[in-house]
Amino acid sequence: MSEGLYSMEAKDYDKTLDLKKIKPYGDTMNDGKVQLSFTLPVPDGDEAIEAAKQLLKKMGMENPLVVYTKELTEGFTFFNCYGSCTHTVDYTAIHVPKVESNTMEMKECDEYIRENIGRKIVVVGASTGTDAHTVGIDAIMNMKGYAGHYGLERYDMIEAYNLGSQVPNEDFIAKAVELHADALLVSQTVTQKDVHIKNMTELVEMLEAEGLRDKVILVCGGARISHELAKELGYDAGFGMNTYADDVASYVAQEMVKRQQR
Amino acid sequence: MQESKIGLDFEKVEHARSIAKKIANQVQDFVGDYTTVAVERTICRFLGIDGVDANEVPLPNVVVDELKSKGLLGQGVAFWIGNAVKETGKSPQEIAEAISQGKLDITQLPVHSDSDAAKAIQPYVDATVEKVRGNRLRRENYIKTIGEGSKPYLYIIVATGNIYEDVVQAQAGARQGADIIAVIRTTGQSLLDYVPYGATTEGFGGTFATQENFRIMRKALDEVGEEVGRYIRLCNYCSGLCMPEIAAMGALEGLDVMLNDALYGILFRDINMQRTLIDQYFSRIINGFAGVIINTGEDNYLTTADAYEEAHTVLASDFINEQLAFMAGLPSEQQGLGHAFEMDPTLENGFLYELAQAQMLREIFPNAPLKYMPPTKFMTGNIFRGHIQDALFNIIGQWTHQGLQLLGMPTEAIHTPFMSDRYLSIENAKYIFNNMKDIGEEVEFKEGGIIRSRAKEVLDNATTLLEQMESEGLFTALEKGIFANVKRPKNGGKGLDGVTLKAEHYFNPFVELMKGKK
Repeated sequence: MSEGLYSMEAKDYDKTLDLKKIKPYGDTMNDGKVQLSFTLPVPDGDEAIEAAKQLLKKMGMENPLVVYTKELTEGFTFFNCYGSCTHTVDYTAIHVPKVESNTMEMKECDEYIRENIGRKIVVVGASTGTDAHTVGIDAIMNMKGYAGHYGLERYDMIEAYNLGSQVPNEDFIAKAVELHADALLVSQTVTQKDVHIKNMTELVEMLEAEGLRDKVILVCGGARISHELAKELGYDAGFGMNTYADDVASYVAQEMVKRQQR
Repeated sequence: MQESKIGLDFEKVEHARSIAKKIANQVQDFVGDYTTVAVERTICRFLGIDGVDANEVPLPNVVVDELKSKGLLGQGVAFWIGNAVKETGKSPQEIAEAISQGKLDITQLPVHSDSDAAKAIQPYVDATVEKVRGNRLRRENYIKTIGEGSKPYLYIIVATGNIYEDVVQAQAGARQGADIIAVIRTTGQSLLDYVPYGATTEGFGGTFATQENFRIMRKALDEVGEEVGRYIRLCNYCSGLCMPEIAAMGALEGLDVMLNDALYGILFRDINMQRTLIDQYFSRIINGFAGVIINTGEDNYLTTADAYEEAHTVLASDFINEQLAFMAGLPSEQQGLGHAFEMDPTLENGFLYELAQAQMLREIFPNAPLKYMPPTKFMTGNIFRGHIQDALFNIIGQWTHQGLQLLGMPTEAIHTPFMSDRYLSIENAKYIFNNMKDIGEEVEFKEGGIIRSRAKEVLDNATTLLEQMESEGLFTALEKGIFANVKRPKNGGKGLDGVTLKAEHYFNPFVELMKGKK
């Protein structure tokens, strides 16, 4: 099954990088090498391997290689595969919406707030709806923070309220009003069956209904959240993987200043 | 005297244990005077009351809510139902149905003596006790005849939301080598103050715990267990607002393992502490009698607090969970005390600290089937490194003889496991368990070295914490945020209005028959 792994055949394709037509890189420019694993609902055997290869071809892979198979349970076979992708992407034409702010360190951010806003920013955060996971909101808000980035509770110039998990949207809004929140942070960890979309949309609708939407900076976050999705749902910003408390704090502070200047 | 591979001072261990016992005694003094809506619904279920009314409200809720709304729950369901059985000659189920149809007010019937009420329900009580005992014997017989996997048991989760799809996943996992199948509950179930009814096919991040779902999965695991020649244990979640009810349903349907922590709901679900501590007592009596291994949730502390700095809180909580379990008659052999492999992978010598802590817990709780949780907090989406983190975790599991090895998945933090994720994880664990089988018997640790020093440090810190908690009491300690940096007020949180002081006629016939019994 592994013929071709140490292929000696000449590589007769163009090996110069063209950003208008990029493809995956294995060990040679434009070799297109891709690694895939998946399970098919069929028993192991020659037919299963052929099915996997045909599937790879339909995905746009040349020279599909099935390097490992294992029947996980009767009628389900797992595959490890490689192939050369024929598709290309024009990298020069890509535009991804991003949170437009410069990330400052905690002290710098505190100083920025002191100078430009002159009072503490009130931030209220929660994992809302039925979501019982606090890992996301804790990573951003807890004193200790996450991966070396201190949480909002540690900022001198931020008054941070972490309401925890499973907070209904109405309670979240009530608390935000009571505390005169400048910014609301919504964390969503559970995203199966798009349960987060419904919940996040509901919050925006409720804020709009109560005339509060423009009075707060509305931010969401979670491993499956992107800024693009956030904007689509009516949020001001979204923070996904590999973003931390300092990213959120810097954004909120700079956005507040921007709004003051308007 | 027990020998220690890490130089533990067992006098210190016994000292810490004695403090935990005092703390647990303080809790028990409080618990004894109260009952809750969940405890009373559990008694309903044990008296054979099941099913739902026209609005899908479970009949145990109908009965208990009726008594609660009249302010009469303090006398207990056993008294009221017993009295009604005596007076009407109907069964508890018939009485519950009549209440739900508005045809009967059991609080308006002539009152018989407590002993007459008790006698009237005795046949129903005995039938339940025998059924639960029968399930226990059935398990023991299975293990005797078809056998079981060796420890650490390989523990995997299924979480499709659809019980029938869960069956496919669970049977595949068992064929690949899993010993325990846990059906993750749908998100939010822990905060429901009732247990849904019937087979369910829709859930978010998990599947509803219902008695019918328990039955469906039990049957599926028995089938596959016979096929693979290994008894497959079924695990569910006996936590949240229906803690003892789920224990009862598990006992009736032959579940083997239950998450059942005294403090978890308080800290992580903001359930009122009085409510949870009362509920955990009865739930553990049931689990003890049913031969169920409970799992405690200390691993969760480390998902919010730092695993290196807060390791002693895990040990302190294990000590308290142990003592609370003893008070409910649940023996060491059924105490799956929890801990986790959650240190930051960039920490120098992190593996040595994890090894020290796992060995320390093994020696402090020598007869407990410790539940060891895999890395989750620092799983990043880099499945390749994740697979290695899980391998290091598996090495410690085998080395220190953990009881229940909750298998880490390379795709943790990405999605609920695919069938292939489980396969890769089981393969990882089996490879390591076999290849390093007896390493624990071959290695002792250097005097004054990192591992011995770490174990000593964690025990000392846990002892200091327990001493502080003893002087303040567990309730105050929880108010101050000693565990997991989470603060909970004694009168805050969910479910407090379900707590009731016991009144003069109160009795719970199952406590005496089940507590500490086989």
